[in-house]
Amino acid sequence: MRLAQHMAIASDRVTATAIEATEFPDMAQAYQVSGVPKIVINDRVEFMGALPESQFLDAVLQAVEPTKP
Amino acid sequence: MPFLAERDQVAVRKEFVRIQGPVKLVVFSQELVAGELCRQNEQLVREVAALDDRISVEVLNPVIDRERAEAYDVEEVPAIVVEGARDYGIRFLGIPGGYEFSNLIDSIIAVSSGEATLSDATKASLAELTDDVHIKVFSTPT
Repeated sequence: MRLAQHMAIASDRVTATAIEATEFPDMAQAYQVSGVPKIVINDRVEFMGALPESQFLDAVLQAVEPTKP
Repeated sequence: MPFLAERDQVAVRKEFVRIQGPVKLVVFSQELVAGELCRQNEQLVREVAALDDRISVEVLNPVIDRERAEAYDVEEVPAIVVEGARDYGIRFLGIPGGYEFSNLIDSIIAVSSGEATLSDATKASLAELTDDVHIKVFSTPT
């Protein structure tokens, strides 16, 4: 969550929500959370575990890339 | 029983020395949906806020305070919005215990200044975003 919340501060475009998976089992199931931390960006890009800042940013940019025809 | 032991309070107070401006923790609670969890969440937030005068707490009910909840885009309880000079879009759904507790503390310090601790390259890339980005981070208490 640390990188996500700092990205939210840096950009008005970004929001960061930490979700306690055991308290929201329906949401955790919907997003197929089998391990934590699991990060889901725009319901489009997801990964598990902590990533270095540059790779986290790559994931964010990938999540807003136009869909290829 | 308090969430924060004496040594935790001392450690958090030490971190809060870095707070640079007012912070508001907007808590969403709804007794009928998740009474016990909401009470625990409120207690944790109040204990954290009690450690520094610059932190205030507001408790809202998403049904009664529907317009506010919609403005914050909060539908679930318990939830916390961490707000500084403005709402930066930082939310915690569920009690931020365990691993997320340190992120709650970090977010309070970060929104108090509005300064993100990121590399200049990352900030530059984020400044060029033309689409909204919603990041969800799932975690567990341990």
